[in-house]
Amino acid sequence: MDLIMEATTVEKYTFKDFASDQEVRWCPGCDDYVILRSMQKALPEMGLRREDVVFISGIGCSSRFPYYMETYGMHSIHGRATAIASGVKLANPKLSVWVVTGDGDSMAIGGNHFIHVLRRNINLNILLFNNEIYGLTKGQFSPTSLVGQKTKSSPYGNTQPPFSPGELAIGAQARFFARIGGNTPKEMTELFVEAEKFKGTSLIEILQNCVIFNDNCFSKYTDKDIREDKQLFVEHGKPMIFGKNKDKGLVLNRLKLEVVTLGENGITEADILVHDAKEQDPALHLMLVRLDYPLVTGIIRSFDDVTLEEREKELTAKVKAGSNFTKTDDLFFSGETYEIK
Amino acid sequence: MLSSFLIIFQLMKTNKELLQPEVLEAVVIRFVGDSGDGMQLTGTQFSDTSAMFGNDVATFPNYPAEIRAPQGSLYGVSGFQVHIGSVEISTPGDQVDLLVAMNPAGLKTNLYAVKPGHTIIVDTDAFNKKNLEKSQYETNPLEDDSLNNYRVIEVAMTSLTKEALKDVEGLDNRMINRSKNMFALGMVYWMYNRSIAHTIDFFNKKFKNTPNLIQSNTKVLNAGFYFAETLELIPNAYTISPAKMRPGKYRIIMGNMATAWGFLAAAEKSGLELFLGSYPITPATDILHELVKHKHFGVKAFQAEDEIAGITSAIGASFAGDLAITTTSGPGLALKGEAIGLAVMTELPLVIVNVQRGGPSTGLPTKTEQSDLLQAMYGRNGESPVIVIAASTPANCFNFAYEAARLALEHMTPVILLTDGYIANGSAPWKIRTVDEMPEIRNNKILTPTENWYPYNRDEITLARNWAIPGTKDLEHRIGGLEKDKVTGNVSYVPENHEYMTHIRAEKIRRVQYNIPELKTEFAEKGDLLVVGWGGTYGTLHTATKQLSEEGYKNIGFAHFNYINPLPKNTEEVLKRFKKIVVCELNSGQFSKILKINFDGLDIAQFNKIQGLPFSNDELIQQFKQWI
Repeated sequence: MDLIMEATTVEKYTFKDFASDQEVRWCPGCDDYVILRSMQKALPEMGLRREDVVFISGIGCSSRFPYYMETYGMHSIHGRATAIASGVKLANPKLSVWVVTGDGDSMAIGGNHFIHVLRRNINLNILLFNNEIYGLTKGQFSPTSLVGQKTKSSPYGNTQPPFSPGELAIGAQARFFARIGGNTPKEMTELFVEAEKFKGTSLIEILQNCVIFNDNCFSKYTDKDIREDKQLFVEHGKPMIFGKNKDKGLVLNRLKLEVVTLGENGITEADILVHDAKEQDPALHLMLVRLDYPLVTGIIRSFDDVTLEEREKELTAKVKAGSNFTKTDDLFFSGETYEIK
Repeated sequence: MLSSFLIIFQLMKTNKELLQPEVLEAVVIRFVGDSGDGMQLTGTQFSDTSAMFGNDVATFPNYPAEIRAPQGSLYGVSGFQVHIGSVEISTPGDQVDLLVAMNPAGLKTNLYAVKPGHTIIVDTDAFNKKNLEKSQYETNPLEDDSLNNYRVIEVAMTSLTKEALKDVEGLDNRMINRSKNMFALGMVYWMYNRSIAHTIDFFNKKFKNTPNLIQSNTKVLNAGFYFAETLELIPNAYTISPAKMRPGKYRIIMGNMATAWGFLAAAEKSGLELFLGSYPITPATDILHELVKHKHFGVKAFQAEDEIAGITSAIGASFAGDLAITTTSGPGLALKGEAIGLAVMTELPLVIVNVQRGGPSTGLPTKTEQSDLLQAMYGRNGESPVIVIAASTPANCFNFAYEAARLALEHMTPVILLTDGYIANGSAPWKIRTVDEMPEIRNNKILTPTENWYPYNRDEITLARNWAIPGTKDLEHRIGGLEKDKVTGNVSYVPENHEYMTHIRAEKIRRVQYNIPELKTEFAEKGDLLVVGWGGTYGTLHTATKQLSEEGYKNIGFAHFNYINPLPKNTEEVLKRFKKIVVCELNSGQFSKILKINFDGLDIAQFNKIQGLPFSNDELIQQFKQWI
């Protein structure tokens, strides 16, 4: 709220204002460059003061991110970025706080903090760089690696079934979940702006290609020439239609989503499901998250709810109003005291 | 039997000829009973009343580990010990002068602590077949010879309570039963020549919406008082004169509460908001319980999902400019180790409170120990020095919590504050400190960039880096767990830089010695034997050394450490004034290791106890006498 009120006094920034003097050191061709640039472009659109922006990361390739942002930042320890960011936000709710994390950082070692931050609905934005592999430690399977995937730590194929980040997040009561391919900067920039606007924990899963250890892991959804046929980019209030020719759509057949072709069997646009991201009941959002064809991108869920900071603020005001204590001396001398003369 | 008591009661009520009470210097009383018998309340009322009378007091509770243990069982016994005196009282006492046992299980589990020849009051109504079986008595101890060495006062407290309440309306059996502790309290008030007025005030406040409870509790308390007065079995009353205490306003405070309040005072004095990140763990949880109450002061108390989130949320809050603390006990400190390292590397102010308990692993959660000292000193990867300080009494937990906050803010570093289960749950009089009286607290906040500003610019004297808070214009910067360049604070892998920064972090902590008081000795400035302790053993060591000094041993001194890393700057000089040093600890010798690492040429002996219990006065006296 306070940020919006002060928006009129905010300087006009360009993406350069958000680039630090540090040399970017990801592997050539990594999607992380795309994400970094998209963020630097999105920030001037958000109407924030630069000094109010904080990036907190854990450990992993993605977690280098804060060093490259000319904002406040902390590159912390493995898995704990969400917990540290929670402390930053609760200490000063006026800040715009971003968590940068990966599939190992947030789903394995940081799994506990990840689910609890979502449950609490603290107004943070979490960028989850999912590349289905441990990159920084050079190629072990992660909690999102596929069964059978050969990695340095699964030479005969991975035997551990993966998490679906969206499914886990919605199960942990995520109010905002979006997914985006790592090679679509324009849509990504827009999603970042939407995530900041959303009041509550926003989680964006970015399908991030690791050119070294898991190259082309998302190619079947994200390659330029096929992505329009393989991805459904959902928008709230719009029918869920996809395909190069905009001729495919989703309908609900009993308890399952089904792909239909417009114009076939009498199907018209009116038969296609209209996306309702704001629905509280997550049933349909979970189905969208789980869908393999088409892979659903865009804002899948965006349900407005009270944040933890709001609850705390309200409760604190109520306690303050009902209390005679204004300073600690009032407390120390209250109740059972006695005098020694 | 009951009627005959009542007859005596009626007869004697008119006969006010009282014996002159015998004057005692100090007395130790233990109230024991079932978890539901209200022993904590009974003990607290007695100690509060005595404190208000002017006695020095120290108390210690003993709860069962089970939340709702079966009635009458041995492991369901709840106790509360009170030590009051006209002299200085530093501990809750070892052996007891009076045991009040509300049931056989309480008698069985506490008889060991009663001094031979001293008094036991029992509720005879509770010594029935069922309770005797539950407490594994084969014969009724009131009927065999097993209590011959004690003066046993048998009182049918349950029946007398019922009798006293027969005219009060609106009470069910359970309510009547629950007030028999007040009968016991009334008797003890009479025995020690105490007024019942404070407890009646307490009823009036506590039950202001249920007048029949005020009436019933008052009646039972009075009945107990007059019963004792009339009873031939209590031949005389005792009195304990007021102690010589510094004038001023006091209150009785528990260690954990004092710790919480120290942080409240530090936040107010420093002008910062207080953030607590914590996860429940025995025996530290009461600090969380206390701080969550104080939203009126803007306290942000965050119950996290685990110990790690407890500390990391606090690190986030510290980065954002709050006075940030986290509270835990031993196993929790182990979990926080990596994050403490992050706070060392990022050089952020942070207080970690470790209320020590018996270890390793889950160990003895409800028992006291001092075995986390080396964990506090070294329990992290890499060379990661932090300030380590320790509180030594329930009341000075206030000062040392305040001091931990002051040092963290002034030196931009994590501070580990060690307390323990013994002082955390113990209570004692606290001479109330106003925030005005407390020392100033500086901090290293920076509001506008200077020329060539970098986040790791340091104060020339303390070496503390400056604290640029998110939201401050033109001070945007990044910190993190990777090694930092000594000038710019950017990531650096330069070998010489790492060595330099390792030394800087150590030197920064070393220089804290110029910001803490010097070590003082008690009873002798030099001599043959110096008793050395640290942390929560102050009361027991002080009492024993004082006793020897008063017995005429003038060559025995006592030095107690509250500052452990760094040590006070005159430590070596003080220790060398004595021929022999005995380091007494509730572990197998951790602090004596620290002294040996730091100082050569000292004759250091150890006295260690690792039983989950504090030292007893007798064992200390016996040991010290071997060396003098």
